[in-house]
Amino acid sequence: MFPKGTKRKFLDSAEEAATASGPGERGPASARTPSPSYSLQRQSLLDMSLIKLQLCHMLVEPNLCRSVLIANTVRQIQEEMTQDGTWQLMTQALAAAQCPADRLVATEVLCRQSDPAAAVAAGQSPKPYPLAGGLDEGYHSEEVVMEAGDAPKEVVSTQSYMAGPFGMGPCWEEREEDGEEEEEEEDGEESEGEDADERPEADSGPGEQVFGTFEIKQPPPPPPPDPALEELFSDVDPSYYELDTVLTGMQSAPKMGPYDLLESLSSHGPPPLSPGASCRSDLNELDHIMEIIVGS
Amino acid sequence: MGEDAESPKINHTFLRDYVTEADVISTVEFNQTGDLLATGDKGGRVVIFQRETESKGESEEVLETGDCGEYNVYSTFQSHEPDFDYLKSLEIEEKINKIKWLAQQNAAHFLLSTNDKTVKLWKVSERDKRPAGYNLKDEEGRLKDISTITSLQVPVLKPADLMVEVRPRRVFSNGHTYHVNSISVNSDGETYLSADDLRINMWHLGITDRSFNIVDIKPANMEDLTEVITAAEFHPQHCHLFVYSSSKGTLRLCDMRSSALCDKHTKLFEEPEDPGSRSFFSEIISSVSDVKFSHSGRYLLTRDYLTAKVWDLNMDKGPVETYQVHEYLRSKLCSLYENDCIFDKFECVWNSSDSVIMTGAYNSFFQMFDRETGRGVTLEAWRESSKPRAVLRTRRVYTGGKRRRGDVGVDSLDFSKKILHMAWHPSENIIAIAATNNLYIFQDRVNPEAQ
Repeated sequence: MFPKGTKRKFLDSAEEAATASGPGERGPASARTPSPSYSLQRQSLLDMSLIKLQLCHMLVEPNLCRSVLIANTVRQIQEEMTQDGTWQLMTQALAAAQCPADRLVATEVLCRQSDPAAAVAAGQSPKPYPLAGGLDEGYHSEEVVMEAGDAPKEVVSTQSYMAGPFGMGPCWEEREEDGEEEEEEEDGEESEGEDADERPEADSGPGEQVFGTFEIKQPPPPPPPDPALEELFSDVDPSYYELDTVLTGMQSAPKMGPYDLLESLSSHGPPPLSPGASCRSDLNELDHIMEIIVGS
Repeated sequence: MGEDAESPKINHTFLRDYVTEADVISTVEFNQTGDLLATGDKGGRVVIFQRETESKGESEEVLETGDCGEYNVYSTFQSHEPDFDYLKSLEIEEKINKIKWLAQQNAAHFLLSTNDKTVKLWKVSERDKRPAGYNLKDEEGRLKDISTITSLQVPVLKPADLMVEVRPRRVFSNGHTYHVNSISVNSDGETYLSADDLRINMWHLGITDRSFNIVDIKPANMEDLTEVITAAEFHPQHCHLFVYSSSKGTLRLCDMRSSALCDKHTKLFEEPEDPGSRSFFSEIISSVSDVKFSHSGRYLLTRDYLTAKVWDLNMDKGPVETYQVHEYLRSKLCSLYENDCIFDKFECVWNSSDSVIMTGAYNSFFQMFDRETGRGVTLEAWRESSKPRAVLRTRRVYTGGKRRRGDVGVDSLDFSKKILHMAWHPSENIIAIAATNNLYIFQDRVNPEAQ
């Protein structure tokens, strides 16, 4: 049953907007379910954006500004789809298709979250989808250590995936939708930490475990970085490994390669992200080599 | 105004349409006097044009009233070569992203040119005299037979054909992990800044092996990255102030006196978002592609995808003027996103008196806006429609209402012909427009001097 009046109004404006100017414009965000044409256009925009991200990864050297803008658009769409409840359907469809695996634990707590527990829950995100290419500079050695300790897990939930090619939406704005909370409760474990604006409730058992693990593994806050060393390491761009992973097919997620992604796009099922565990060990080796070089 | 004969019936269309990728002009810049104009292209070459002055020209042409000297090629050199980053297995393009001239201090001219990674300082000097009259050597440099020398002479410097030498004086490498999008010479004449997507470095012109990082917006976790730096510039008078723009449409004014690392801005300029016009593309079209201080130092000019905005440094709540460059594209944003045109970075420039602003658009169109009246005019940089010395006629994009002859429909716009790069002479009304691989120089005959 649609709430009286509201739904109709939104449909009208949404349809108007949809017919007038494509998925670019939208009506008031108060309604829960968008019009079918609007949904379709939004979905096609999402697909287009994902393909763009993938393609830009294949280029000579990806234009970071463009990648960031596309990724933000993707995030925005996902946010809206989550609000509308459309995201829920996609997630469930994908969950049914794939065996749930353990959550990948993200490394970074320094998101814009005041509550560290919430931040950690937020941090339960998949590793950035390799589409992002050169954005994955963040794979510093300390992060690698943490990852290894936490047994990199494959992310199944597309919600987490859609958090963005860079990874999760800890940087998302707060969402006040009540319905969203209900959805999260419904999802239970799977939805844990899926959303950006995690609240402390999301930090149940696994979350605390994660937090605990995190505390153990996290390296001490780095001292003011030695500029020379930093410059040295900043040149170590793990995107190289991501590119490799994408091109050769992701090792930790044998089911999904870049071409599989495109296929799944047509069925509206974005694949889970792959952390590429082997990448981590390679990175460790690389850092080790760099240390030797620097040391000599 | 000379009458040009109609070109012969040979169809040169195919020649005109063929554009070598390497010849596409990627930056244009006048020097401080306006006598020199430098262009950089995708192939890593720099071409410097010099303005003719009466004294230099051999033929004593009587210049018409208001006629200015023409620009001729002065020097061409290869600034950057294609490179390869072995660690990342990625190519480094040789495309010249920006050229900035240093203020002239002696007979030589200096300019900075940069590609994605490396900034280079070039010295451009002239040699127009050569020594002649040696006693022991003849004109070709061969040793003379001593027995033939009957008298001694003093070697003198004789005028010779002008030779322009360009030499690299400094190479500022390994300063950037990401792509350099801007360089800006400081008013102190000693330092300059270079900005990439996430960091801004300050260099001393004499020191190449280290730079000072003044802005770093790289998040600790790259997954959190949502904003990048798109342009940066030093204040024209205050050597401690600089501004940088971001992909989220914000401008940050930073004062280097407040702290060594200027991650905290002194002033943040942001226009509050209009919730009514929010769309999926709102953020993308708000990304600032270029930022320029006015000559006075009081205002900032920014360009985002659909508009050009003037900001007052004293007011950070929003722009003081907004000019619609191609509002007719707003309904086409989805297609423009699809063909990537929405990511095009247009530049914007001030005229010498800060009374007019100019920026580019599609279909070889560019726009000039008079700040006092608020009126804009659309002009076209296209060979077919502008013969040498012909008056540019204004163009219009048809968006509804009465259609005039010569109006171009929005769907007929050629999005491959984009005017991204341009420059305005520092003191006169002369503009240089880069249209793909062509450089157009337009002069205002009626008002050659800026008002």
